[in-house]
Amino acid sequence: MAITRDEVAHLARLSRLALSDEELDHLAPQLDQIISSVAQVQEVAAEGIPPTSHATGLTNVFRDDEPVACLSPAEALFGAPAEELQRFKVPRILVEE
Amino acid sequence: MTVTYEEALQKYEPVFGLETHVELGTRTKMFCGCPTAFGAEPNTQVCPVCLGLPGSLPVVNQRAIEFAIRIGLALNCSIASWCRFARKNYFYPDMPKNFQISQYDEPLCTDGYLDVLTGGETVRVGIERVHLEEDTGKSLHVGGATGRIQGAEYSLVDYNRSGIPLVEIVTKPVPGTGYLAPEVARAYVTELRDVLRTLGVSDVRMEEGSMRCDVNTSIAARGSGAWGTRTETKNVNSLRSVERAVRSEISRQAGVLDAGERVVQETRHFHEDTGVTTSGRSKEEAQDYRYFPEPDLVPVAPADEWVSSIRASLPELPSARRARLISAWSLSELEFESLRNAGALDVVEATVAVGASPADARKWWLGELARKANDDGIEVSALPITPSDVARIAALVKAGTLNDRLAREVIDGVLWGEGTPDEVVEKRGLAVVSDDSALIAAVDEAIAAHPDVAEKVRGGKVAAAGALVGAVMKATRGQADAPRVRELILERLS
Repeated sequence: MAITRDEVAHLARLSRLALSDEELDHLAPQLDQIISSVAQVQEVAAEGIPPTSHATGLTNVFRDDEPVACLSPAEALFGAPAEELQRFKVPRILVEE
Repeated sequence: MTVTYEEALQKYEPVFGLETHVELGTRTKMFCGCPTAFGAEPNTQVCPVCLGLPGSLPVVNQRAIEFAIRIGLALNCSIASWCRFARKNYFYPDMPKNFQISQYDEPLCTDGYLDVLTGGETVRVGIERVHLEEDTGKSLHVGGATGRIQGAEYSLVDYNRSGIPLVEIVTKPVPGTGYLAPEVARAYVTELRDVLRTLGVSDVRMEEGSMRCDVNTSIAARGSGAWGTRTETKNVNSLRSVERAVRSEISRQAGVLDAGERVVQETRHFHEDTGVTTSGRSKEEAQDYRYFPEPDLVPVAPADEWVSSIRASLPELPSARRARLISAWSLSELEFESLRNAGALDVVEATVAVGASPADARKWWLGELARKANDDGIEVSALPITPSDVARIAALVKAGTLNDRLAREVIDGVLWGEGTPDEVVEKRGLAVVSDDSALIAAVDEAIAAHPDVAEKVRGGKVAAAGALVGAVMKATRGQADAPRVRELILERLS
């Protein structure tokens, strides 16, 4: 097995996804299958070939240190669920102990 | 159990390490063209990239790479010929994406060192790595009593700081400094700050948060050769706090071990007001950042020629300057440290450059001027007097036009905005009176006013002439040339 149900539950927690038991039952085997399929690539990977992270072969794509126009605060906050004092308002970060 | 620092050091040997985050002084952010000015209105320096909006793509600021390489070279590091950015995955409201772009197992700079001078001794602090990442936004916690995150009802986030280029400079563990560990830690951060300032890559203002330290501390029984469990103290934001944080962690850990308990590996918070640390996030589960190579940024591969040209453009670094000035001015390392710690190196060097002797320049800047700066609560270099003014005053003293007391008055005049030293001398009429005819009248008056003293001097008690010199100086409001006055008194009474 490439990935266990417990590992999927752990990943869901890290990703802030509230998965129900039914969803875990459904998704865990699917993820396992996906990983197993992709893992077939390893069978043909030759010795001494480093894992690929980028397909283009490009390096050093840089930008000059020149300022460009920003969003206005109204534009920046347009999609915010809540705002106050021109800032994004977020729920309590630390829960009471 | 409370254990004093002295008691702790009798039984235990400390090891410390520092992780220092420095905001680079680029004009724009790490991965977008938003400006980086400090103190702007909230959320006015943001764009889809640094707000983490879907579909936005980061592009690396070349100047930030150049600055990081400058830092790496100044810290005697190797510069990677190829490296990648990585995603560090976690959720926190001050980070608008669900990840921070950082570097993981392929930092841009590795394996260097920084020589640190403290108490006249040089300690070599190893540098593990220097890597690039992006800063987070700034939170305002609302509803609690203290403005802290604990007890707050909600928080307000300003993303102006989000995406500002940050370098993280990580030392190797520093063992073997014993009792001096807190001072060496502070001296390292001081030296690092001076290096970064000299390189011109950051304004390194700890009070504004552009340089921030995390301090790792552990202790182990003396002579055991082992290293203890370390804690990481965050929120250490002044040079003094670095020293206090190491000191208080050593004492606290000694108390834990003496009580037969174990030091817990955890994050702790430093409290500026009390100087102690408190436990941080130990209740959270162990961090699992799931680093992987950043797919939206291609690898960085600095060409050898680029690195060489950056190396060739490095300014004289503090350690080289230290060696040069110690030799040129015949200083001890302690004398050099006192100059550096007074923030007077630049002004003294500039004063020497316009003709003053190193001894005179040090005397005035470390003496009278350091006192004035201290009274006003400012840096000595911020006083409204120039190195040329100080050199001129020193020259006037050397020429005998001023004595030290009058020179201090001239300094006062310059600081009060009365003009150049020569103008102050002129306006206040401060030149030393060495004209014999003017002095002889004053000498005769003093002799007439103190016949008993004059009699003693006549009788051979030359030391008694001091009282007459004092009377003349008083009568001339300190402007008489004291050695000449003394000669005249002895002539008149011989």
